[in-house]
Amino acid sequence: MQDNSKTRVVVGMSGGVDSSVVAYLLKQQGYDVVGVFMKNWDDKNDSGVCTATEDYQDVAKVADQIGIPYYSVNFEKEYWDGVFTYFLDEYKKGRTPNPDVMCNKEVKFKAFLDYAMELDADYIAMGHYAQLSRDEDGTVHLLRGADENKDQTYFLSQLTQKNLQKAMFPIGGMDKAEVRKIAEEAGLATAKKKDSTGVCFIGERDFNKFLSEFLPAKPGLMKTLDGEVKGEHFGLMNYTIGQRRGLGIGGDAKSNEPWFVVGKDLATNTLLVGQGYHNEYLYATSLKASELSFVAPIEDRGNEFHCTAKFRYRQKDSGVTVRFNDDRTEVEVIFDEPVRAITPGQEVVFYDGAECLGSGTIDHAYQNGKQLQYV
Amino acid sequence: MNNIYLDNAGTTPMDPAVIETMTEMMHTVFGNASATNSFGRKAHSILEQSRQKIAASINAQDPNEIIFTSGGTESDNTAIIQTALKRKEEGRHLITTMIEHEAVLKPMAYLEENGYEVTYLPVDKNGVISLDDLKQALRPDTILVSIMTGNNEVGSHMPITEIGAIVAKSNAWFHTDAVQAYGILDIDVKRDQIDLMSTSAHKLNGPKQMGFLYEREGLGLAPHLMGGDQEMKRRAGTENIPAIVAFAKAIELEQNARAELTARYQGFKRQLVDKLTENGVAVKVNGKMGADELPQIINLWFEGCQNDAMLTNLDLAGISAAAGSACTAGSLEPSHVLSAMYGKDPARVSQSLRFSFGRYNTAAEIDELVAQLTKISQRIKK
Repeated sequence: MQDNSKTRVVVGMSGGVDSSVVAYLLKQQGYDVVGVFMKNWDDKNDSGVCTATEDYQDVAKVADQIGIPYYSVNFEKEYWDGVFTYFLDEYKKGRTPNPDVMCNKEVKFKAFLDYAMELDADYIAMGHYAQLSRDEDGTVHLLRGADENKDQTYFLSQLTQKNLQKAMFPIGGMDKAEVRKIAEEAGLATAKKKDSTGVCFIGERDFNKFLSEFLPAKPGLMKTLDGEVKGEHFGLMNYTIGQRRGLGIGGDAKSNEPWFVVGKDLATNTLLVGQGYHNEYLYATSLKASELSFVAPIEDRGNEFHCTAKFRYRQKDSGVTVRFNDDRTEVEVIFDEPVRAITPGQEVVFYDGAECLGSGTIDHAYQNGKQLQYV
Repeated sequence: MNNIYLDNAGTTPMDPAVIETMTEMMHTVFGNASATNSFGRKAHSILEQSRQKIAASINAQDPNEIIFTSGGTESDNTAIIQTALKRKEEGRHLITTMIEHEAVLKPMAYLEENGYEVTYLPVDKNGVISLDDLKQALRPDTILVSIMTGNNEVGSHMPITEIGAIVAKSNAWFHTDAVQAYGILDIDVKRDQIDLMSTSAHKLNGPKQMGFLYEREGLGLAPHLMGGDQEMKRRAGTENIPAIVAFAKAIELEQNARAELTARYQGFKRQLVDKLTENGVAVKVNGKMGADELPQIINLWFEGCQNDAMLTNLDLAGISAAAGSACTAGSLEPSHVLSAMYGKDPARVSQSLRFSFGRYNTAAEIDELVAQLTKISQRIKK
């Protein structure tokens, strides 16, 4: 067996089962494994205890079981500046941001990577469901996780070669059931811990209530595309394109079909609503995206190429044509088939087969060349 | 790999002679010192011998001024809260400093929530209060002044004799948290006009969960822990005779070695600072490095090097040091002591480490520390 004992791998341990198994597997393979817990959010409950305490205690339990040293690092400032500020700014613009994408870009594969290098690490390892392959010249390719249900390349799509050069995803080739099985067989304390849901810093709390602590909610009118007032909304930031829940509009004489958010008009603080899941206004034929970032050497593909794309996490791929603007700061993405509920602020992530090429942030959606009123 | 322990201000390993004393007591003296049978009398006799030895170590008038407790925290809590309760009709104002241990600050905050007023004296860049500030803060309704003897993070040494003289002229009582200073500094409760003093055994190679509160005769504080009539009705709970005897042994060893240990620790400080400087490491001492400070504690600012990365690297290299305190999720909180001293310079607060020496440290270990610090600071300096 290869001697890995001189290779230091710093594992980002969250206290969940995935990163626990990552640490366990690397230790089994003989690496010099160091566990580091990231404390990204300053939140204390009524007794003044950090809410991250339980997760950190789980890290401690697992690290003790495996026999590795563990530490905690504070990235509250990095998270606030790099993720949360962006998150609020996007909501202010009426968009629906994806903080997990930014968390990977600014914290896990930047601040944490830097920190691991300070600890003399050769690699960092994470519990993401994604895979990497390395060319002989050192070029890294980001590949989908083997578990289609869990594939997390969507969240990693804004990373670059530099971010991924030193990364390892030891469970990317497994499915969740296998990971749980390994944890159970090894008797790890987190084997049966339930998966975390929602945005990390909000946890299990009411999302709209959380948001209202930071952004004043500006109530306004709900109107149909024809201008008919259907009620009031609590603030545009609380709604996303294609959403059904929480509108409180009943059916009317014309139709019993449920109501959906079909658009937003930030300028007049109006929420646009329409009936039917398949409401025509929810279907776009193209989009424009900026904030482009590619893991793969994209220049080889010229100014226009065909590939597949996802417009939100866990969606099936759609065929698209990607067309760069002249200075390659923006792309126009033309869909093979119309796509429902394209949401400004989310990522459009490009794939070529198993490989994740990179992504851009969606700015506008279009229907046959005409911009849809989505922000 | 190294296994170097430089966190002796956190706690110390027990001295083998102390362990021997303690285990011998566990084998031979198990009686309840309050019992009227022969086993109880034997325990009682040994308890009182230890009380006398310990009273002598601080020049207390009467051994009964020593109340054995579970350590520094209980002693601090008792002194502060019971004084406040006892004297509430005379006044509800207390004075302390911004750099006390949490075992003082938390009871103070508790009193503030319950109708008392607390003045927190600032400190200068050496971690020492101004006597003029103290004089100005004292009021007719001030019932207690609680000022630590030596600080646990930077090793600063308060002018206890002068403070004692000032407080003695007021209506207030004087409490000092001497947890970090007891044994290594010369403490004389009569000379320093101390009314209440907290100590702990595990900082001087004694057992954990053991300490005492010195309570000057006549103060008459009510017991903080209520129950049986132990400790002259001032602290309920069956006395831990083996730990008490071990504590007396530990202080005896510490005081006998005081001069030699002080010289050795001062030498370590110079060795550390001089060799780091020789190696080109940008380092500054937080506080003062003089003959008056606690010799076993040195706090250094490594310019441009974050303390969490430094500590983790040192630990991975087998060297245990410290920096401020950790939150319950393991990450470092900014030190309130360094913030009080250098609040205008947040970088200094987050780039500083504490090294604290004990009797088993060697000059070779300090050399190894220097080598690792040099390597690590070069790697991480931004």
